[in-house]
Amino acid sequence: YNVLNVKEFKERCTQCAAVSWGLTDEGKYYCTSCHNVTEISKEVINTGDIPNTKIQAINRGLKRKRKLEKGWDWYVCEGFQCILCQQAEALKTLGVGPELKNEVLHNFWKRYLQKSKQAYCKNPIYTSRRKAVVLEENLSHSDWESEPELLSDFSFPFVESGAESQSDVNTQKSFPVIKASQSETASVCSGSLDGVEYSRRKEKGIVKMTMPRTLAFCYLSLLWQRETITLSDLLRFVEEDHIPYINSFQHFPEEMKLYGRDKGIFAIESWPDYEDIYKKTIEVATFLDLPRFPDITEDCYLHPNILCMKYLMEVNLPDEMHNLTCQVVKLTGIGEVDFLTFDPIAKMAKTVKYDVQAVAIIIVVLKLLFLLDDNLEWSLSNLAEKHNEKNKEDNPWFDFRKWYQVMKRTVDEKKQKWEEARAKYIWKSEKPVYHSSIDKSVVYKRREMVVSLQKQFSTLVDSTPTVGKKSPSSFQFSWSEEDTDRTCFHGHSLQGILKKKDQSLTTKNSLYWLSTQKFCKRY
Amino acid sequence: MSDFSGELTRPMAEADQVEKSMLSGTGMSIPWLRKQMETVETGGKKEKDFAKTTSACLGLIQEALLKHQWEKAAEYMHSYFQILEDSDAGKRQAAPEIIWRLGSEILYYHPKSNVETFSTFADRMKNIGVMNYLKSVLLLLQISLQHALYLLHHGMLEDANRSLSQAETWRYGEKSSSQDILINLVQAYKGLLQYYAWSKKKMELSKLDEEDYAYGTATQNMRSHSWKTSVNLSALIQIPGVWDPFVKSYVEMLEFYGDQDGAREVLTNYAYDEKFPSNPNAHVYLYNFLKREKAPKEKLISVLKILYQIVPSHKLMLEFHRILRNSDKEEHHKLGLEVLFAILDFAGCTKNITAWKYLAKYLKQILMGNHLAWVQDEWRSRKNWWPSFHFSYFWAKNDWTEDKALACEKALVAGILLGKGCRYFRYVSKQGHQGLKKKMKRMNRAVKSYSIVDP
Repeated sequence: YNVLNVKEFKERCTQCAAVSWGLTDEGKYYCTSCHNVTEISKEVINTGDIPNTKIQAINRGLKRKRKLEKGWDWYVCEGFQCILCQQAEALKTLGVGPELKNEVLHNFWKRYLQKSKQAYCKNPIYTSRRKAVVLEENLSHSDWESEPELLSDFSFPFVESGAESQSDVNTQKSFPVIKASQSETASVCSGSLDGVEYSRRKEKGIVKMTMPRTLAFCYLSLLWQRETITLSDLLRFVEEDHIPYINSFQHFPEEMKLYGRDKGIFAIESWPDYEDIYKKTIEVATFLDLPRFPDITEDCYLHPNILCMKYLMEVNLPDEMHNLTCQVVKLTGIGEVDFLTFDPIAKMAKTVKYDVQAVAIIIVVLKLLFLLDDNLEWSLSNLAEKHNEKNKEDNPWFDFRKWYQVMKRTVDEKKQKWEEARAKYIWKSEKPVYHSSIDKSVVYKRREMVVSLQKQFSTLVDSTPTVGKKSPSSFQFSWSEEDTDRTCFHGHSLQGILKKKDQSLTTKNSLYWLSTQKFCKRY
Repeated sequence: MSDFSGELTRPMAEADQVEKSMLSGTGMSIPWLRKQMETVETGGKKEKDFAKTTSACLGLIQEALLKHQWEKAAEYMHSYFQILEDSDAGKRQAAPEIIWRLGSEILYYHPKSNVETFSTFADRMKNIGVMNYLKSVLLLLQISLQHALYLLHHGMLEDANRSLSQAETWRYGEKSSSQDILINLVQAYKGLLQYYAWSKKKMELSKLDEEDYAYGTATQNMRSHSWKTSVNLSALIQIPGVWDPFVKSYVEMLEFYGDQDGAREVLTNYAYDEKFPSNPNAHVYLYNFLKREKAPKEKLISVLKILYQIVPSHKLMLEFHRILRNSDKEEHHKLGLEVLFAILDFAGCTKNITAWKYLAKYLKQILMGNHLAWVQDEWRSRKNWWPSFHFSYFWAKNDWTEDKALACEKALVAGILLGKGCRYFRYVSKQGHQGLKKKMKRMNRAVKSYSIVDP
């Protein structure tokens, strides 16, 4: 409905000259690209053309009765859409290309809406009698078309230009039909229209959207684009507040009120867990029936050859080790395109944990070089130390012990800072979220108390500013040869632990497995 | 080994079957096990990171307080306040008290904190308590009392009085014993404040002449203060506890108005009521009162005897010894010797020259009176350790350098108890030979006559 009408309005916006319009609550046209509101309102000309329910929807007064706060009507899915938008924007700020937001993530999300709506309308086993009644009513009045109004009025369309394509209209029509699930009792309520019902919903075969799953979507998009951000990087950015996650609902539009059951859906109080997000990534990709992802070839960031180099630099190991990591990759076949590329449709849908794998390879190489039986690595270190003492002008031999000492200290310092940051993390949002009308005033009062206490104590804190919000970086540690305080091992040589064998070099250490009677059968 | 594995499998009952079978075989502890066990502790539900944050934060606050890093503590406290909004009702409930204890500690010591900051904080915490009044009466009383004490500390008596009066109004439901005590404390402190006021008036009064027109009103004012005080204090001191400052003030007032009986009753109760915790000060107060009253020696002795049993090293013990020494009864004389030895058992008294002087003199007196048995009784349990404790060569040198008079007294005692061959005596004699010939001669003679050791 809305799309047809706004297409009729073909004026150029006075502020940005775009031709892309939406309708405000009051029925006035506004520019979807710069949000300039005009005084021109859409008049309903022929009421005969428009079914009753649409007029009701336009008037919007209907649902206000039972709400605790004035605001727009919104669905939980729209909330998630808003959050995904924020996350995509944040990724753009981190340097990811705009196609991720406008195309990749947008398409995944559309697909999700399509896939998840199928169960809502066609499944006859649908739960409560009440919903069935609503369904029938709505179906007869073909209320579907009123949904797009709700969506497009929000000023966070995925695509920048604002012009919705025809396919988008279809997608938007696919919104869940259930509207009247506001519970009678004041104690069970939500700011969203379907918050209560959403949190109770449990359908087989449907992947319900949750906060952790937003990150799964992000990661899938990153993977599709083969961006230079691994899953562990992504989660670290989340924890460092570079990507909205905790309290992301605070950035909903002012009119999108959130309370009651919405809290359980959007106000998450745990950081994302790697294993959890990893599993969810596969789960979502499978649910969305995604095809094989773009190939991960040797020149991709996620290929172990490149990732290993990155991690070697990050943990201050010699560049010469890269040669060995590449060899290991080749020998084990884990650099093959088919092995690395994610294919959800494959029988055993799996995606490689690129970051973990790269680090594992480095550990394997360390073991090849040093055996790591708490003996050989130290004797080799002694040799290196002796050599370095005698040959101060030459390029030093890599000394494992020295490296361990330098690295351990650095890691310990970082770990302590990380733990302290976690202990000081402020979880509670500035605007309090209450459960129901009963506790609304208490929740607001509590927030007031907390704020005043925090204010008082902040004056007692040392005013010398500690390092502010870190600028995001994919490297947690950086080393440089110029830095005289900390040894940089990048250029150090592996000469001391390699030996010539025919034309090539091989490790002096010939063992790998630590002596065991027999291998453990369980693993 | 098998016991160990048993211990590990027990808490694992709810965990994965696989892990259980792995464990019982080897009995070894596996690192990843810990995470499972933590999960079991919380009843299967993984602890939210919010909860981990708050508990880690609490640990950091406590550590900072221990290290007296007030600014750091304030910084962590800033983050900790969010626990007041914890979704877990139990934690939310417990939060105000924890925050009060930690916060008041920080504000007490923080260099940038002052009376105003403390009071603002106390008022805010009281507000929070009032918000949840039904469950927080105890906390409210605690906060008010602590706040009042803080103000007292900083000399703001009127504000303290106000806080206490506010506290008196907080009462809820059935009287619980803990509530009772706090309320009594509140009232007692109010009484103490009134005592201060009375005390000031007393000082002013002492400067006035009886003919002075202001004298009459002043006296009357004092009277009303004292009455209020007595009402407030008497309730508290009936409850078993340690109430030294309250008792002292109360008794002072009673004595001022000539109520000797009242004072005596209060002090006797305080010292002798079995329900009250053992408190040496109670006996000291009673003793001093009886001394002022010029009570008979028997009474004084009986009071001090109990003090001797509780704190044999108390400074009043020398006085006790003197009273015993001057008594007619032989049993008192024996006790007098006991008391003296007991004093010198304590490391803190080893350099007390009066005690040594008394002992030296008294030993001579006792031995002259043919009571060798008494000395032997006392010496029997001490002869194993007193020599190295008091009379070692090290002490001889040390004492002689620090205080020759002390050394001489000790030497005499050493000579009597250990004979003139003992190290201490020999050293002092030799040293003293140069300058204190006369004294040494006397010492030698005494040891010769009185030493309990056969030559």
